Amino acid sequence: MEQTRSVRTEKKRSEPLFHITKRSTVTLAQAILIRAIAILAALLLCALVTVVLTGDNPISVFITVYKGAFGTGRTLVTIHDIAILLCVSLAVTPAFRMRFWNIGAEGQTLIGGLATALVMFFLHDTMPTLPLVLLMLAAGIAAGMLWGVIPAFFKAHWNTNETLFTLMMNYVAIQLIEYFLKIGDKSGSNVVGPALLGEGIPNLFGVQYLFNILVVALLTVVLYVYLNYSKHGYEIQVVGESENTARYIGIDVKKVIIRTMLLSGAICGLAGFLIVGGASHSINASIVGGRGFTAIMVSWLGKFNPITMILTTLLLVFLGRGADEISTQFGLNSSFSNILTGIILFFIIGCEFFIRYQVHFNHSRRKDERTKAKETPNTTEDA
Amino acid sequence: MSNTIALQLKGISKSFGSIRANRNVDLELFHGEILAMLGENGSGKTTLMNMIAGIYYPDEGQIFVDGEEAVIRSPKDAFGYKIGMIHQHFKLVDLFSATENIVLGIEDGEPYRLADAEKRVREITEKYGFEMDPRKKIYNMSVSEKQTVEILKVLYRNADILILDEPTAVLTPQETQKLFAVLRRMRADGKSIIIITHKLHEVMAISDRVAVMRRGEHIATVETAETNETELTEMMVGKKISLNIDRDEPQGSIDRLEIRHVCCVSAEGVRLLDDINFTARAGEILGIAGIAGSGQRELLEAIAGLQQLESGEILYRNPKTEETEELRDKTPQQIRDLGVRLSFVPEDRLGMGLVGNMDIIDNMMLRSYRHGRSLFLDRKKPHELADQIIASLEVVTPSAQTPVRRLSGGNVQKVLVGREIASSPTVLMAAYPVRGLDINSSYMIYRLLNEQKRNGVAVIYVGEDLDVLLELCDRILVICGGKVSGLLDARTATKEQVGLMMTKVGGGD
Repeated sequence: MEQTRSVRTEKKRSEPLFHITKRSTVTLAQAILIRAIAILAALLLCALVTVVLTGDNPISVFITVYKGAFGTGRTLVTIHDIAILLCVSLAVTPAFRMRFWNIGAEGQTLIGGLATALVMFFLHDTMPTLPLVLLMLAAGIAAGMLWGVIPAFFKAHWNTNETLFTLMMNYVAIQLIEYFLKIGDKSGSNVVGPALLGEGIPNLFGVQYLFNILVVALLTVVLYVYLNYSKHGYEIQVVGESENTARYIGIDVKKVIIRTMLLSGAICGLAGFLIVGGASHSINASIVGGRGFTAIMVSWLGKFNPITMILTTLLLVFLGRGADEISTQFGLNSSFSNILTGIILFFIIGCEFFIRYQVHFNHSRRKDERTKAKETPNTTEDA
Repeated sequence: MSNTIALQLKGISKSFGSIRANRNVDLELFHGEILAMLGENGSGKTTLMNMIAGIYYPDEGQIFVDGEEAVIRSPKDAFGYKIGMIHQHFKLVDLFSATENIVLGIEDGEPYRLADAEKRVREITEKYGFEMDPRKKIYNMSVSEKQTVEILKVLYRNADILILDEPTAVLTPQETQKLFAVLRRMRADGKSIIIITHKLHEVMAISDRVAVMRRGEHIATVETAETNETELTEMMVGKKISLNIDRDEPQGSIDRLEIRHVCCVSAEGVRLLDDINFTARAGEILGIAGIAGSGQRELLEAIAGLQQLESGEILYRNPKTEETEELRDKTPQQIRDLGVRLSFVPEDRLGMGLVGNMDIIDNMMLRSYRHGRSLFLDRKKPHELADQIIASLEVVTPSAQTPVRRLSGGNVQKVLVGREIASSPTVLMAAYPVRGLDINSSYMIYRLLNEQKRNGVAVIYVGEDLDVLLELCDRILVICGGKVSGLLDARTATKEQVGLMMTKVGGGD
């Protein structure tokens, strides 16, 4: 559009400095190169900001970031963080592939955690570990499914807005937890902890968090296969791309929406179960800690591909933990680490533009003539 | 009508890629006249009008307003020359009132006073006899009221030249009469009006002169009083062109699909199909002709199980069991479960027939992925089918893994038609299957349809090019305004016959 206009008025106006065209294909090497340049540029800007604002040596700041995530004794915690964030991100991915904008993962995870906590609260000293853990799992998943399917049902039958609906369900979940805290914990500490809930999931082979990590690893593979190689995954994609096509080939769109949100909610519920049963052994309204929203970014950055999402989760967790570390090590305000995280994310998300579009600089008229000859306007007649 | 020229076009041409939408068009519009633009779909009427209104910019040629050359780069420029266009699709803010919508976007440097604006809107409505409450919100309005707001928008900006793109398409006959009364009052006030329409009787009723377009060219402008509907139709459809499409005599035709008294109403209460009756026979191609939007899409979608019917029956005679199945109110899946092998090439190829972001293989699977009890997809057979279609239909594509939206229009259509034929249908419906295709691809599609006919498939072909319809089909069903206006033998029918039936018989009133 823009270039046709610049062409037609070239006699009267000076040419714009550059114009933008959509790339038809991007090779993998090109895409990696663009991303690498983006990360490099982000780090440079971070270093510059650090020097200008704090006077600290940027290299030592970067080393601190790395140590914050993978320093001695930290690696396992970091991997567990990755696993939990990845789990929530995997949960929203089937819905996103269907263009169902589930931003209620926070609430779906919380309610799954609450259901797990309730089972632990009432039953932890009444039965052996294995049945207890299975019961916790079932309760967590069922609660997550319920939270996921309610907006889906309304969407499928009355085309309500799923974004608002799932968002509001978050607050309902938070309030339910607050209510449980008031009843469960008479001391008023706002946390119902291990003393009231019991041990939860035991450590596998004596390694803390191993159970959670293995479950999420398995889930990643299963979901990857489900989305790409199963008939359900195919239906999800068709519904997401074009509901008209789905109707045309006889897919029951309502059924697919409900089924997919049951799955999405179930995985959120599983994440809640893992957090409460396998890590915190306690419940309060902040155990999910915004992961339900970070998951949206992870899923988008990973292009809704579970395997790629491992990398984006790694990046976000690494940045988050590193940022925390600088604020403590250098005595900097925690906002500073947020600034650095913000800069890096800006570059990483921003570089997607350059992967999708190509910028041509109009160095000379002659060159402009050449590009003009190559590009035909993509307007079509709508007579 | 005075004899001074308000608007003059000289040698206007416009191309979109390889398609020449307008070719060297000369046109004159006088002060105080109503000029009707007449032409088939895709004859370049709307493109031409869009250039006057500043939506497009001509590749060649000049536009003169009141004798001065005008450079119209945007709708804003057009308003500067007192030209305003009322588009087919309204552009209104639902939550705003009529007046708010009318003043939206005006930058005259004056302070914004809604009360003053409302007063002016009232003045205009009274002057030309519109029925309109300036305070009414758009979401409370009927289609005809919304159209009135669009017209007021243009008048409020002091337009002297008004262009209306098929204004009557959305109106009831009574509303059309009211609109025409308003247009006549505007003409009396010295305004020049161009009205695009397909309906010949409306051309005769409202216009002073008629400009006929065909294949991007301006054929002639004639005085309405000195012409008649037959002559206009002849000018519009042109001389018969021989296309040399092969056509076999139908072999052993038996009734395959019977449509009885089918009626259908849109969500807005507009009657889309009105008592449609016809039979599609195995081993023949039944053509459906009509102005765009006469109910063709709804009819095919009703047969395919995608459109709710108000009443009527759709009966399918199963060749295997000799039983008759009722297809009405069944979903596409239920229809398939009955053993009905119905293929459908919809008008919207990428929005309905295919998934643009999926590759050719995954698009092949759309029809067949459910086969078998496995939970997982079998991509092997679709891959083979994709390769086979690419080879046999000469699809130009880097690979079978290329997303179909990257293919050109003709290749997209080959993929779609190839897939639909691959499921060896007994009924094949194709809506505008050659629209936008080059000659070679078009002939390939004709060849494929003829092959299906020889194989005993009942083919239903919805087309817009009358030459093609007359040479490809065995019988032609002409519909107009959701009604059947006639069934013709394609071997003996003439273009004028079809053209007249498309525009006139039962044409909306």
